[in-house]
Amino acid sequence: MSIGHTLLGLLESGPRHGYDLKRAFDEKFGHDRPLHYGQVYSTMSRLLKHGLVEVDGIEAGGGPERKRYAITDAGITDVEHWLATPEKPEEYLQSTLYTKVVLALHTHRDAADILDTQRAEHLRSMRVLTDRKRKGDLADQLICDHALFHLEADLRWLELTAARLDKLREAVAK
Amino acid sequence: MNAPAGSLLSADQLRKAYGPTVALDGAAFSIHSGEVVAVMGPSGSGKSTLLHCLAGIVPPDSGSITYDGRELATMSDAERSALRRSDFGFVFQFGQLVPELTCVENVALPLRLNGTSRKQAERAALGWMERLEVDDLKGKRPGEVSGGQGQRVAVARALVTEPRVLFADEPTGALDSLNGERVMVLLTDAARSTNAAVVLVTHEARVAAYSDREIVVRDGRSRDMERAV
Repeated sequence: MSIGHTLLGLLESGPRHGYDLKRAFDEKFGHDRPLHYGQVYSTMSRLLKHGLVEVDGIEAGGGPERKRYAITDAGITDVEHWLATPEKPEEYLQSTLYTKVVLALHTHRDAADILDTQRAEHLRSMRVLTDRKRKGDLADQLICDHALFHLEADLRWLELTAARLDKLREAVAK
Repeated sequence: MNAPAGSLLSADQLRKAYGPTVALDGAAFSIHSGEVVAVMGPSGSGKSTLLHCLAGIVPPDSGSITYDGRELATMSDAERSALRRSDFGFVFQFGQLVPELTCVENVALPLRLNGTSRKQAERAALGWMERLEVDDLKGKRPGEVSGGQGQRVAVARALVTEPRVLFADEPTGALDSLNGERVMVLLTDAARSTNAAVVLVTHEARVAAYSDREIVVRDGRSRDMERAV
């Protein structure tokens, strides 16, 4: 995830302090990984340097000074560009699991056993996500669904590989 | 192997062949009350045959099936039929509702067949339809409701007798993701509330994720992943 673009997007609704930005980010996107304060301030410094945000005001209090940031026109254009650019699909062409299966066949070990163990591990993760989805709000459901569909894709590959193990064994033996 | 301690339904060394085709080749299974166990495996692996054997619909060629301490093979056909009506519930891929009956009559049907009065049966049926969020369909016939709604009516019908074991064979196989998910949430919530055991046959990992554990059937042999790991 691009933290910079996400923070910029959050600023589009109006200027905010770094602390407010962190809180809004964690609430909407940081379910598993809340931002560190250091990440927020280093990101804002970078955005400031590139002219994508500007300092809208500084509050001096008892503690450290609090900057309020506002998005610039260049920042809005940058968010628009980011949103409009498709993400590169990840292809995982050289997965560890593929290597393990081929190596197991190559060394005359039980490749089906590796696939069964992996299926059980994937299902364990899917159960945790499914449970979280049942108990969570719509945001939880969407986040968990994304992860579930990816795990399901792994499992579909796994089932297909399990069905092709005999052929794969022959190919590896050549 | 003896039945695992405390299991409600268990099977061991099940063999079943249809002519030259071996469907089960030494399969084992066990489930406790209140547990949801997914039976997974590719098409033709024997998972539906395993379900049919466990439910007493198809007799295995050999091996043992124990339900609540009783060996299924020692029961007469009439006793097995009575057991299926009183203790087992069934949900299939296609709801298999009776098209001429309304939805509430469909849900009430298992109770009516057991001799419950129409009034009592339909009251209980409506209670289950509420839990499955389809009580507003009570006067409609199956042809007038969507696939997802029909499947929830079928789940209500399977649970109306409060079975101790619910057999679900690809219960979401004909549904889209959203409807399938709703059926699984309602089915597992309802089953857990009555402490029913659920034997869930599925080839879909997202459906199996609603289970407590899974067994994998391949070439007629089963593997209990929890006990194997």
